[in-house]
Amino acid sequence: MVGGSITAFLLLCALISLFWTPGEVYGISIATRFLPVSAQHWLGTDQFGRDILSLLMAGTQNSITVGVVAVSIGLFAGVGLGLLASARRGWTEELIMRFSDFSFAFPAILSAIMITAILGPGGVNSIIAIGIYNVPVFARLTRGSANAIWTREYVMAARASGKGKFRITIEHILPNILSILIVQATIQFAIAILAEAALSYLGLGTQPPHPSWGRMLNEAQTLMFFQPMQAVYPGGAIALAVFGLNLLGDGLRDVLDPRLSRKR
Amino acid sequence: MSVFFAKRFMTLLATLLGASIVIFIVMEILPGDPALVILGVEATDEAIALLTTELGLDRPALERYFDWIFGILQGDLGNSYAYKVPVWELVEGALKITVPLAILSMILSVALALVVGLYAAANHNKASDISLMGISQLGISIPNFWLAVLLILYFAVNLRWFPAGGFPGWDEGFWVCIKALILPAVALATVQGAILARITRSSVLEVFREDFVRTARAKGLSQRSTLWLHVLRNSMIPVITVMGLQFANLLAGTVIVENVFHMPGLGSTVLKAINNRDTIVVENVVLMLAAMVVVTNFIVDILYAVIDPRLKAHDI
Amino acid sequence: MALLDVENLDVSLSTAMGPARAVRGLNISLEKGETLGIVGESGCGKSMTALALMGLLPDNGTTEGTISLQGEDLLLKSEKEMCKIRGNRMAMIFQEPMTSLNPVHTVGRQIMEPLRLHRGLSKSEAFKETIGLMERVGIPNPSERVHNYPHQLSGGQRQRVMIALALSCSPDILIADEPTTALDVTIQDQILELIQNLVDEEGMALILISHDLGVIAENTEKVAVMYGGAVVESGPTDQIFGNLAHPYTQGLFAAMPKLGMGRNGRLTTIPGTVPDLINLPAGCTFTDRCPLATDECGTTAPSISTVEAGHKVTCHHIDQAINGRGEGLYK
Ligand SMILES: Nc1ncnc2c1ncn2[C@@H]1O[C@H](COP(=O)(O)OP(=O)(O)O)[C@@H](O)[C@H]1O
Ligand SMILES: [Mg+2]
Repeated sequence: MVGGSITAFLLLCALISLFWTPGEVYGISIATRFLPVSAQHWLGTDQFGRDILSLLMAGTQNSITVGVVAVSIGLFAGVGLGLLASARRGWTEELIMRFSDFSFAFPAILSAIMITAILGPGGVNSIIAIGIYNVPVFARLTRGSANAIWTREYVMAARASGKGKFRITIEHILPNILSILIVQATIQFAIAILAEAALSYLGLGTQPPHPSWGRMLNEAQTLMFFQPMQAVYPGGAIALAVFGLNLLGDGLRDVLDPRLSRKR
Repeated sequence: MSVFFAKRFMTLLATLLGASIVIFIVMEILPGDPALVILGVEATDEAIALLTTELGLDRPALERYFDWIFGILQGDLGNSYAYKVPVWELVEGALKITVPLAILSMILSVALALVVGLYAAANHNKASDISLMGISQLGISIPNFWLAVLLILYFAVNLRWFPAGGFPGWDEGFWVCIKALILPAVALATVQGAILARITRSSVLEVFREDFVRTARAKGLSQRSTLWLHVLRNSMIPVITVMGLQFANLLAGTVIVENVFHMPGLGSTVLKAINNRDTIVVENVVLMLAAMVVVTNFIVDILYAVIDPRLKAHDI
Repeated sequence: MALLDVENLDVSLSTAMGPARAVRGLNISLEKGETLGIVGESGCGKSMTALALMGLLPDNGTTEGTISLQGEDLLLKSEKEMCKIRGNRMAMIFQEPMTSLNPVHTVGRQIMEPLRLHRGLSKSEAFKETIGLMERVGIPNPSERVHNYPHQLSGGQRQRVMIALALSCSPDILIADEPTTALDVTIQDQILELIQNLVDEEGMALILISHDLGVIAENTEKVAVMYGGAVVESGPTDQIFGNLAHPYTQGLFAAMPKLGMGRNGRLTTIPGTVPDLINLPAGCTFTDRCPLATDECGTTAPSISTVEAGHKVTCHHIDQAINGRGEGLYK
């Protein structure tokens, strides 16, 4: 419930910021630097004279884009591989699982570091890196849950009636693991937002002048000692988004899979 | 035990080998020419060709891979493209910061997780349990680098208890260094500890429902003794599993948090290397980080066997 | 004064759907060295009774009534006082030897625990005593086995370890909750015989719980038949088996495989299922499964009647039930 409302609130912020923000996001104006909190600038302005509230709102867009794209990459490739592993078994499964095993040694940040070292820093590259990190996560989850479904009686019955593995996968396996995937997707969404913020904070992710929460923290850090609040807001926004998504994930789990939630 | 140990050790070597191959493929074979990257787009073709030969990049990939690996086995990580000094010189000092920081954060997060998790489980469904779990949910959501900023603002700037950044070096004395590591370690440990605390709590509660707990109670052990003597050890298995899985994230976190504290650890080494397009340094540092993760998980595997005698039997 | 006197014991378990009344108005009394069997289908409250006696109900359980052990009411005791009684004056053996022992400790360590706790033995004394106990319960090679983990022992041996554990402080009462249900048939008799011998030797009182009338008939002096959380028939074992009265007891008896019945002999079962403990029916809880049920059964709860001295039955139609026994109430 709470998770849902926080997520909805952030979506709303992103939507509004597409059309309107209370202040300037891209323009640089020395005249309006470091303005304190006022009726016009609710959270003040930064060292480039941009309105902090507007930046936060526009940053929501960025985080949501990153989350959607990175999770989609993970979902498509990961679920595909997981379903394949589970349908084919044998060496295909072994190969896919071993591969996802050692990719676990590379968290999003590390793979992003490698990728940006080659392709150079940038928003798109960081999204790809986070997306790639999501692939083994979903591949493992999909395979694990799909294997459990393959042993069910109705799947046995479908196989006995001569249906092909591909058809069974589409008709029986996928619908049955969907709720687990949705729950995991929310959690990965939160992780993606965190990872993107970290990369942008390090200067490897979203590049200026695009607004991004991680970027804002990076820019605020040099001024940390005399403009501390400027560093506090964007981190708060990240924490709020991640908190909301995690709660949403828990809530969805309760709704979609009561059996799982009871175990927790 | 020795068969079990040997088996796990083989897995460790295989994983390391796999990791080195992945790193090599990503860094050296995928499109992207280090010489071009180093010299920039305006560089002439001759200059690029010259540098390529100089760096030995014109040799076959397989040869370069084996050179790298055999070099590592002999303690030679190659020379930095940017500084022309051995890579080892660049990373040696960094390791002395990153490794202690990672260990300290690990210790802190496990301590935090055990205290909070056990306390919450012992007060299951009471107000203290519910509020602790609420706080831990928040703790999971906080980006560690932001927490680091907040910690600096409060404990270093306001209270002046700890330095706001930098690292004095181990020659300056043990405690000064630990003091410098405390804030970054806390920033890292809070998130990890919050995750582990939740796992600890649910695992303890799960084990409390097991039949052997009832046996222990039927012997006349109190709830508290049962927790310490029978539940704790059994409940550590999932905690250790997650600890192993989370270690990679913890390490990634050190890369970032070091940066917040301006510490010359592996994080800043690798970031500088990226800016200098010094791929060989990036390669080696990433492999080192991967190796730490793999070794940690090896230790976790051994811990499993120490905790649960059934596992040894399975594997032999 | 009886060793154990349970009066009007009620156990209810709070669930999401409301309180489940797992035990209702239970009365038991047990003399020193006496053996009592509690029998009934699964889910009728046998284990809850046992756990209530030990003070080990699940967190959602509450107890009412009195349980007096040598005149002391256990329900009034503090948790700390109960810890001194459990494993010391009252001990319990559970159904699942597979899961009832801690997998990460050696069996020796687990047997030593109550010895050190209640008898204050030193480590080496407790170790010696443990080997002696393991020998007594028939575990071969105890000085080696003592270092084994539960998973290295067979089911039967694990149950022997549980028995050694229960026996370690020579309790006054041993409660065995389906001690052989999870074991191979061939081992079941050995374990029951072991329990029987040890009870005799030590002069302990035994509460043996089983869903199997045969096990109860062979091993106990008194029986309480439970249905839906309440005792429906109780008395001396000989009398009950000589004069089965309650339709439910007769049903249990008919459902028992009998010697000489051969392969083709049909097992009768009692139709229907056990009552819902959350919404208990008014009247007799056995009504909807009883071949003799009348309107009266569905509305008024039957009172206790005495068939012979000590043989008590809770049923509206005892005479009819006893008379119908010849042809069998269940076909
Ligand atoms: N923790 C619990 N919460 C709610 N109901 C329970 C719980 N444990 C057991 N019950 C219910 O209590 C009744 C009695 O169970 P039990 O005493 O275990 O039966 P049995 O005679 O098979 O040993 C059963 O109907 C069971 O469903
Ligand atoms: Mg039972």
